Amino acid sequence: MVERSAVVSGRGYCRPHYRDDRKDLGVIEFQAVTKRFDDGTVAVDELDLTVDPGRITVFVGPSGCGKTTSLRMINRMIDLTSGSILVDGKDVRQSDPPLLRRGIGYVIQQAGLFPHRTVLDNIATVPVLAGWGRAKARKRAEELLETVGLPAAMGRRYPAQLSGGQQQRVGVARALAVDPPVLLMDEPFSAVDPVVREGLQDELLRLQGELGKTIVFVTHDIDEAIKLGDKVAVFRTGGILAQYDTPAELLARPADDFVTNFVGRDRGYRALGFLTAGGLSLGELAPVKVGATVAEARQALRDGWAVVVDERNHPCGWLSADRLSSVDESATVDADLLLAGGSLYDTEHGSLRSALDAALSSPSALGVAVDGQGVLAGSITADEVLRALAAARTAGEVPQ
Amino acid sequence: MTWVFDHLGLLGDLTVTHVYLSVLPVVLGLIIAIPLGWAASRWRPARAFLLTVSGLLYTIPSLALIVILPAIISTKTLDPVNVIITLTVYTIALLVRSIADALSAVPPTIVAAATAIGYRPFKRFLGVEFPLAIPVVVAGLRVAMVSNISLVSVGALIGIAGYGQLFTNGFQLQFVTEIVTGIVATLLLALVADLVLQLIGRLVTPWTRVGR
Repeated sequence: MVERSAVVSGRGYCRPHYRDDRKDLGVIEFQAVTKRFDDGTVAVDELDLTVDPGRITVFVGPSGCGKTTSLRMINRMIDLTSGSILVDGKDVRQSDPPLLRRGIGYVIQQAGLFPHRTVLDNIATVPVLAGWGRAKARKRAEELLETVGLPAAMGRRYPAQLSGGQQQRVGVARALAVDPPVLLMDEPFSAVDPVVREGLQDELLRLQGELGKTIVFVTHDIDEAIKLGDKVAVFRTGGILAQYDTPAELLARPADDFVTNFVGRDRGYRALGFLTAGGLSLGELAPVKVGATVAEARQALRDGWAVVVDERNHPCGWLSADRLSSVDESATVDADLLLAGGSLYDTEHGSLRSALDAALSSPSALGVAVDGQGVLAGSITADEVLRALAAARTAGEVPQ
Repeated sequence: MTWVFDHLGLLGDLTVTHVYLSVLPVVLGLIIAIPLGWAASRWRPARAFLLTVSGLLYTIPSLALIVILPAIISTKTLDPVNVIITLTVYTIALLVRSIADALSAVPPTIVAAATAIGYRPFKRFLGVEFPLAIPVVVAGLRVAMVSNISLVSVGALIGIAGYGQLFTNGFQLQFVTEIVTGIVATLLLALVADLVLQLIGRLVTPWTRVGR
């Protein structure tokens, strides 16, 4: 694996901020793992790969690439043909499959909830199987409902009464019930609509920041892989590992044509998401407070534009000279006068991609930058972003 | 009607016998059909064999079976066991298919999820697969129950009590009231038994009636 260069970091997407007290449990090692099915097809071919503990590793690839088979061999839903898989140094074949599986969380496509059990009983399934006793198991289930952000009242409902996204959260809660160090997620979000999927992804990243599990996540969606993965393993048809790297490296230095094609055309633009935008210089913006008079607002216009902030100095939108010209001097600045702003660029966590997007999406061609608390910090132009990118390239911080 | 009120004691006794002779075979049949249905849902050859055999069993005339049984299992001709075994056989014949179909209809993703979170096969059957099969199994049970209630009467031809006795007596005495009473009693019992099964079915499957 190639070392991360200084400027490349994972801050572009809202990566989990890992706790330091995380135990290094849940190392998964694939050693020359091969799976040949009875009909002779090789699903996984001599796979060597170590999954980092406490991190999200995504297996991605086209259908028939062996990513799901590889995942299912970890908890022995599928038994491997040769080689070995070690979880924390122990060969999975030495464990009794049901006991092994209880110690590894599993989240399946469409949640796989039991329709005849209430949400709480679904979550309590594994603790009950493990012999916790009903009362303790239910108490744990109630905690987990909160952990995944569902109201307590939902615990008494049946899965059919929940939306797809809610069911998937319950599926995650069920997998977490006995606090296993390893979580296997088998295309868990593929059956929900894109908006819900995005919410679930963000939620998973938030949860992961709290829990620091070893998560192996299977998807066929490269964007999901890049968003979620600390590391991404790209598989090609025939069960061959094409590249195993950080998302930034994958975008910047695809190993071969297959990975290049799989990662997609706009990988250069997406790679900006992994470049921190620390070196950008911000322009000044003279903000107008909500409730100021139109006369005051006209004074503040620069090149025909002024940004409006609320009492906490959070940006609310733009005022244009055009807009103001049709309004009476004594009127006050309110929501009706505002043009919606574009995306905001967060100077603490934002990437070059978000800075560029802020500039491109703003009606005034000036991107609005805010600090980590959302307070107005200044403006950013597309030219400035490209200048910073060019500077980084010259300095060798960005791969050509 | 006066005949009915004069013979309430007799009707009561006949009802108890009739219920006993029809319900017990349903219970026994269910207990035996569950493992058979499970085997049929799991292995294709077992399914072909069991469904063919149970189909054939159901075509044996009930009277013939009741009469032949004593010769096969050396019971006394008038032993109620003959009726119970015969009706149990019919119940099994009816239920094996229902149970096999019901179990096959449990979504494979749910079974896979159960396995993946650590169920062993037997507990998984009791805890996940069978409960999900209940609605279809109950439908099969209702058919078997009503069919049994009607078939018990055949036992009267070899002298086993039940509402059938009202028919044999009525015929011998050319007494229509008794026959009609027997028909009405059989219908009522079938209706009540069906309602009870429906009610039990509803009580044990609350998840099937939840709206969004």
